[in-house]
Amino acid sequence: MIRFDNVTFQYEKADTPALSDINLEIREGEFVAIVGHNGSGKSTLAKHVNGLLLPTQGGVTVCGMQTSNEDDILKIRQKVGQYIIASPAEITGNGAPYRQKVGMAFQNPDNQLVTTVVEEDVAFGPENLGVQPSEIRERVDEALASVGMTAFAQFAVHHLSGGQKQRIAIAGILALKPQILVLDEATAMLDPSGRSELLETVKKLHEEGMTVLMVTQYMEETTGCDRIIVMKGGKVVLDGSPADVFTHTDILTASNLIPPEPVIVRDALRTMGYTLSDRVLTAEQLAEELCPSL
Amino acid sequence: MSIVINHLTYAYTQGGKPLDPTLKDLSFTIEEGSFLGIIGHTGSGKSTFVKHLNGLLPCEKGTVVVDGHDLSQKSERKTVRSLVGMVFQYPEYQLFAETVFEDVAFGPRNMKLDESEVKSRVENAMALVGLDQERFSDRSPFELSGGERRRAAIAGVLAMHPKYLVLDEPMAGLDPLGRREILALLETLRTESGCTIIMISHSMDDIANHATKVLVLEKGSVLMYDTPQSVFSHSEELQRIGLSVPGITKICIELNRKGIMIPASICTEDEFLTWFREGRQHA
Repeated sequence: MIRFDNVTFQYEKADTPALSDINLEIREGEFVAIVGHNGSGKSTLAKHVNGLLLPTQGGVTVCGMQTSNEDDILKIRQKVGQYIIASPAEITGNGAPYRQKVGMAFQNPDNQLVTTVVEEDVAFGPENLGVQPSEIRERVDEALASVGMTAFAQFAVHHLSGGQKQRIAIAGILALKPQILVLDEATAMLDPSGRSELLETVKKLHEEGMTVLMVTQYMEETTGCDRIIVMKGGKVVLDGSPADVFTHTDILTASNLIPPEPVIVRDALRTMGYTLSDRVLTAEQLAEELCPSL
Repeated sequence: MSIVINHLTYAYTQGGKPLDPTLKDLSFTIEEGSFLGIIGHTGSGKSTFVKHLNGLLPCEKGTVVVDGHDLSQKSERKTVRSLVGMVFQYPEYQLFAETVFEDVAFGPRNMKLDESEVKSRVENAMALVGLDQERFSDRSPFELSGGERRRAAIAGVLAMHPKYLVLDEPMAGLDPLGRREILALLETLRTESGCTIIMISHSMDDIANHATKVLVLEKGSVLMYDTPQSVFSHSEELQRIGLSVPGITKICIELNRKGIMIPASICTEDEFLTWFREGRQHA
């Protein structure tokens, strides 16, 4: 569904490439977490999926189309719903013009919501695509239901909590009917309850068949994914299932990342002689395997 | 010496009329040399509270007394501001000078210190936050990485030699290594310079591992004010008000559910592994 072939990308004025020679294939319906330290290239990678950035060398193919092909870019952007961190400089005031151009929403909820009423905001994207009014109604209702915000359709956006605003922004993306959802640090500005709210929404979308790429710094958010890609210095250093990736704590540490607490404890207990399998990634799994030996 | 908060109540106003109070009758003492972690749901009053510690918001009802200086006296505010340093959320957005050196020097120069003292304070503060003098002094703050910019901003506050350092979510947006660097810096400040740390954070793990006292705010009132061990043993109550608990506490809860009697006070990795090493005795 998404393929990176020998992708190298260098920002203007940068001394070193932000991505060097990346080869990846992401299959339909996969839930992939991309993790890495600040400056590892994970956000740069995410911005290649809908052609917001184009490779300096190599190519990115989405649903059979090259992002470098100008004739296809709008079609690609209709397939990829993207939720990214944008610096205030990128947004310049109201996020609307930028969002209109690339069909995506921004991480800072106060900049990305363009209207004052929830359902109008969700309708903004499809309206811009020229979708028929009757279908817009349908799409908005469906999108709000997906994120569990139906009851808030008529609410004023500024009365919502951070977590709720983020879910509305995601509903705005869903109303565009994308096949791929790219989330870049979508939970970074949320408090713990807002984070788990959003994660549940994303998991549900994945279960319904959505291909999800989630860039995050919170390692505990990755344990429920199908696959984790670990980036360091513009390269992929680990790529596998959570159970597999978290056996390589040495590589994670060398990449300035810290495994989830249950994994750290699991490894420490193993050195004390307890038998615990690589499947132990969460508190529940740890308790389950530990109890028989206590 | 200490910060004594007595019956502090505060309400924002809208159109000249007071809204429901954001802070309700807070009374407690922050001991010198402690590391206070402040937790609470969004809107619980955390940021409003810390803005009272150096007079950014006026004490309208109740008092805040810092080392004997009562902030309800306007004349005391200047003295208190030299004692209490404040690091806001995303402090790097406030960097403005042309070089890192100039930016860090801004505070000390405002204090009318002579230039040799300013220079030595800047060098000192930069060393503390781990920004190398030669590499960084003459660079524009805007050329630095996110973590470096954050540290430069904190250096600007440290150069004023605060006795109490207040930080609102100082690790937000940093990667795990960046977080660890800031936490190590705070520990150094506390243990080597005796600086009292007051930190708002959403990371229960960081609070469990570093705080000596935890303040839990709920709808503007003090819900708990105790050691991390005691606060995090009330996990159900914390979860009821929408807060999470440290990763280790989550593991202990799961073990308890399966009938393993692990003491509820265990909230750090060290405590957890020690309990296993020492033969899993009941508390």
